[in-house]
Amino acid sequence: MSWEQLTPVLLEGLWDTLYMTVPSTLIAYLVGMPLGILLVATATGGIRPMLRFNALLGMAINFLRSVPFIILLAMLFPVTRAVMGRAIGTRAIIFPLTISAFPYVARMVENSLVEVDRGVIEAAQSMGSTDWQIIRKVLLPEAFPSLLNGAAICMVTILGYTAMASTAGGGGLGALAITKGLNMRNFPLMYSASLILVALVQIMTFFGNRISRKSDHRKK
Amino acid sequence: MEAAPLLEIRELSKVFSDADNRVVALNDISLTVYEKEVYGIVGMSGAGKSTLIRCINRLDTPNAGRVLFRGQDILTMDRRQLLSVRRKMGMIFQQFNLLMQRTVGQNVCYPLEIAGIKHTQANSRVSELLDIVGLQDKLNAYPAQLSGGQRQRVAIARALASNPEVLLCDEATSALDPMTTQSILTLLQDINRRLGITILLITHEMAVIRQVCDRVAILDDGEVVEEGTVNEVFMHTKSQAGKRLFGVLPQEARDDPGIPALRIVFDGAAAGKPIISRLSQETNVAVNILSANMNHLGGKVYGQMLIEVPKDERDTRAVVRFLTEHGLTVKEVNT
Repeated sequence: MSWEQLTPVLLEGLWDTLYMTVPSTLIAYLVGMPLGILLVATATGGIRPMLRFNALLGMAINFLRSVPFIILLAMLFPVTRAVMGRAIGTRAIIFPLTISAFPYVARMVENSLVEVDRGVIEAAQSMGSTDWQIIRKVLLPEAFPSLLNGAAICMVTILGYTAMASTAGGGGLGALAITKGLNMRNFPLMYSASLILVALVQIMTFFGNRISRKSDHRKK
Repeated sequence: MEAAPLLEIRELSKVFSDADNRVVALNDISLTVYEKEVYGIVGMSGAGKSTLIRCINRLDTPNAGRVLFRGQDILTMDRRQLLSVRRKMGMIFQQFNLLMQRTVGQNVCYPLEIAGIKHTQANSRVSELLDIVGLQDKLNAYPAQLSGGQRQRVAIARALASNPEVLLCDEATSALDPMTTQSILTLLQDINRRLGITILLITHEMAVIRQVCDRVAILDDGEVVEEGTVNEVFMHTKSQAGKRLFGVLPQEARDDPGIPALRIVFDGAAAGKPIISRLSQETNVAVNILSANMNHLGGKVYGQMLIEVPKDERDTRAVVRFLTEHGLTVKEVNT
């Protein structure tokens, strides 16, 4: 395979990878972020402690997180078919990816939010803030740099999961490296696809860190 | 002129307990803070001061008792009422508790934002407030770029934004150096006098009480052991806790002089006079100072001194007469 033949294949793989990673991350945040906020708000010492609920939510999230992605993917086939119209393929796999990622996102968000100084939250309470105002104007903005770092980590993790898409008929760089690269002994394809994945991870981590640091006003 | 009560704390109790521990933080506390006064609550760490001030705006919930703000019981209010009452009480903290991702201006604007005040109106209020605390030039700075004293000024401006009737100060100067403490205390005094805002402050430093408070309560082990005007409590300290705080009683028993001594109380009246050296000269008695705990505040001398009782009883009488004539309170100890 020459470079002329390799390039379009790789580009299509890159597109498929991003097509799976980016929407999954966004939807996982849409679901996981409120759950992460709930975990923090309802915990002991949170702005609205509800310990029983908190314990249940924590258990549910841990349960979902403990199922290996490859198993979840298979288990979800019927649900995926119902939601996405089909169970396999690049587009369909966004659903199981999201399901497996949102509990991870919830924990990530929780970790960022618990870092917010308890005293600052109390100051906001003493000024007569509603719970919602504290979440929107104190917790999220104060944790923003940390949330951004977390988002980069989540995206990298989801990117890693997309490599398993090949088992459900999905495309992307991971699938290329495995099915057309490794299995068909096309090593140039395998290595170049893998290298692009490595580069993607580097780029995401680099920019995640950079924007996080730039947006943080805690240091002079 | 009879001032109206602003805050009335009645039979307030708070117990912290878990499976195997039960700590009584507040035991049957009753006190009244009147409009436009500066009220201080002083006590050693662990006396329950912080818990008490936090019960006033219900950051902590007491187990029993009442907290009345203009006659309304804060502890029985629903959430909506509580939030609106909290907007009438500003609070500042030892650790300032500023929003670190917001600029100074945005911090001061926070209470206005949550109250839904329009942008243009809020902006002019913010510059007015920064003017009061002397930080106009820091509008766009971030808290991390400020010194401790400046951060506390921002916190004060923020606490004043909602036009509160009372300012609750939770060890507001304890994280600051003595110079900065002075400037913050002066600012608080200024706010009390110029804006007519009642101040309730808690501290473990007697100097803070002496400098800014009208009345004081001494809290010890969860109970009010003494209450009154600062002068009264300072001049005639009755409680052990009060004496310890004033530095009259040694903090530890072995520092006790163990011999007959005279305790001289400096209450600021004998302003800056070198009274002890004049005492020696004029009475011809060699004075042996056993210990002294003196503070110079605003050109006045506050504190306590222990001197050895002279051998001759006539000398003792002369010393006591001299000191009393110069407006000092003298008491004999260990005699």
